[in-house]
Amino acid sequence: MERLVIRGLHVAVEGQEILKGVDLEIGRGEVHALMGPNGSGKSTLGYAIMGHPAYEVTSGTIELVAADGTRRDVLAMEPDERARAGIFLAFQRPMAIPGVRLADFLRHSVTNVRNPDRKEGEELMPMREFRAELKAKMAELSMDPDFARRYVNDGFSGGEMKRAEILQLAMLRPGFAILDETDSGLDADAVRLASESIAKIGGAEMGILIITHHEQLLEHNVPLRTHVMLGGRIVESGGPELAAELHKKGYERIRVAYPDAAAAERAMEDAAGLAGRAVPAGAGA
Amino acid sequence: MTAATLPHRSPAPSVAFGAEALHAVLAASPAPGWVSDLRRSACERLTGLGLPDRRDENWMRTDLRLFKPAAWGPTRSPGTGAVVDEGLLAEAIVSGELVDTADGSGHRVAGRLAGRFASLDGHVMREELDASLAAQGVVFGSAERVLAERADVLKAHWFSLIDSSTDWFAALHAAFHAASVVLYVPPRVRIADPLHVVAGLTDGGVDTSHVLVVLGEGAEATVLTETAGGGAAGSTGGFHCGGTEIVVGENAFLRMVNLQNWNTGVWHVARQRAVVRANGRLQWTLGALGSRLSQVAQDVALVGRGADAQVNGVMFTEGRQQLVFNTSQHHEAAACRSDLLYKGALQDRSRLVWRGMIKVDKAAQKTDGYQRNDNLMLSKTARADSIPGLEIEADDVRCTHGATSGRVDGQQVFYAQARGLTADEAARLVVAGFFQQVFDRITIAPVREALARAIGRRIRRIS
Ligand SMILES: Nc1ncnc2c1ncn2[C@@H]1O[C@H](COP(=O)(O)OP(=O)(O)OP(=O)(O)O)[C@@H](O)[C@H]1O
Ligand SMILES: [Mg+2]
Repeated sequence: MERLVIRGLHVAVEGQEILKGVDLEIGRGEVHALMGPNGSGKSTLGYAIMGHPAYEVTSGTIELVAADGTRRDVLAMEPDERARAGIFLAFQRPMAIPGVRLADFLRHSVTNVRNPDRKEGEELMPMREFRAELKAKMAELSMDPDFARRYVNDGFSGGEMKRAEILQLAMLRPGFAILDETDSGLDADAVRLASESIAKIGGAEMGILIITHHEQLLEHNVPLRTHVMLGGRIVESGGPELAAELHKKGYERIRVAYPDAAAAERAMEDAAGLAGRAVPAGAGA
Repeated sequence: MTAATLPHRSPAPSVAFGAEALHAVLAASPAPGWVSDLRRSACERLTGLGLPDRRDENWMRTDLRLFKPAAWGPTRSPGTGAVVDEGLLAEAIVSGELVDTADGSGHRVAGRLAGRFASLDGHVMREELDASLAAQGVVFGSAERVLAERADVLKAHWFSLIDSSTDWFAALHAAFHAASVVLYVPPRVRIADPLHVVAGLTDGGVDTSHVLVVLGEGAEATVLTETAGGGAAGSTGGFHCGGTEIVVGENAFLRMVNLQNWNTGVWHVARQRAVVRANGRLQWTLGALGSRLSQVAQDVALVGRGADAQVNGVMFTEGRQQLVFNTSQHHEAAACRSDLLYKGALQDRSRLVWRGMIKVDKAAQKTDGYQRNDNLMLSKTARADSIPGLEIEADDVRCTHGATSGRVDGQQVFYAQARGLTADEAARLVVAGFFQQVFDRITIAPVREALARAIGRRIRRIS
């Protein structure tokens, strides 16, 4: 089975180091949870894996390693090449693209991801076929089919955005999905539905990294490993019981156990504070 | 599309625009005396005028330094080349799509044109009108011919709306208009299919065509005009000095489309003015993609209670193109509505200027006026200026204006890339989305699609 392998990853934003050596390995079919206090660097990891140009990888590697040992260097790929290589990021804060209908957007997206060698300007997936598939997927997710006619994330409620991200996940069926707080903004029923849907979409073919502050999403997606990020590093990994513990008791034990990371966290907070928390729209916490 | 890339060269004019040239025009013209008289008085004004000066507010953002008036004059014959088929709508016309249902539902019926008119270098190449419409009294075709035949209904309108004394170009146009076209739709006649007018230029050609559209009470029509051809930047180019007059009668409904797609060597100066009478409706769409330099005046006057005008502008500029638009929405009567939306995208070192004015007379209570210009900058070196203006004398009105200028958001592009679209595809999609708001207002699907296609083809990687 293919694996997404991250080694010694350091990432800087505007010259400020955020990730300070992250190691993480996810196989297809595995579910991993990533938890950690606000500002610890979880979204930064997601952006770096997807190739956001503002997140500069200063050292370390991200690779896709096939079962036969063949390695593909993810860091050498453009973001769209990463998507076509099977990597998906559900954004913590998806961006709106006014004037572009979700269905049209997704048709482009599905066409490219399913035909990684497609040249620009070549035919898109046939409209009928696409529509039928989209309709079926939306029904499975209990989404109103009219929703796909709306402009991408434009004026969507927080919950609608997250559901649209899940719809895209379902249509694209990536090899590796990073779900960055896909549960935030959803009401209790919607979280349950999301949890079930993700479990159904996932299955044996998909590796999933669930970034969350809650437990519910993990209910139907029991993580093989739970990782805790603090001060830009994964300081501890454990089983599902770790998620439950952090959820109940918070991060104090972690901060005490890893004083260096806790110091890094304070330094990052100071730096962000000094910079007036100049976080561009759609990025960061 | 039959004509390929560069059109053939037009013969150089033997004499520049002026008294001597007019002599020759009058000698060859079959038009009635009153038409020739208008030309003569305009020519007298022309000879006394210099080019507009940058102290003139309408011209202060237009750089005419490289325009050489003496280089241009009437030509005796058109250049060779099938430029007339190169218009933006050519694909739709050939494939027979050029009709949608009158309600604009987007549902298409097999295409047909009610009439078509084509000119090249100021010479009429083709004119056709559906015979059943002619039988209902519809007049359509070459002005030189129909002004003589139907002076009874046309004389009152011919050059009644645009003022030939405002500047050198206006005077030139009024004196030397050629290959002009007239549409007259009698009261209560509704033309379901569009009429198509295309003015073409060969390299170095001149087009001075005038368009007059008159809709009688309760009449309906859709008029699609387009321009194409001329020389590219660096060649002799071309020169368009045109005028459009539109009269929308009481309860009449006109959909008017002007698509300007000259090659990038063409100087384009156009004065366009519409009056809309009581409860008349005008949907006026301007698409401007071409020319080296454009100076367009687009004025709408709402002269009868309950008149309604929707003005749509779609602009795309690149290279060193400079397009200047001065628009006016003049509310002369009460309870009228005007709604202008211009959207432009700029690439390279191009420049786009919009200066808009909503003018509300004292009598025009209950006016609902709106004007908005949004520009999207696709390069750091492009420049757009939006200058909205309001002049309101009535007290019970609702008038608003807005202008925005922005760049393609890198966050949007990244989001689309993360979903597998290339950076170029993403940029194209974002730009298409930017124009969607104005496309949503254009009820003629082939026009919308032709503009979207043409813009999509022009967008290069965003810098
Ligand atoms: N684009 C950016 N510009 C400036 N600073 C950034 C940017 N992105 C992240 N940061 C900073 O990096 C640090 C980590 O942010 P990140 O968004 O990765 O945290 P997170 O763990 O996802 O937090 P949360 O749980 O609140 O979503 C923060 O201090 C944040 O301010
Ligand atoms: Mg985050």
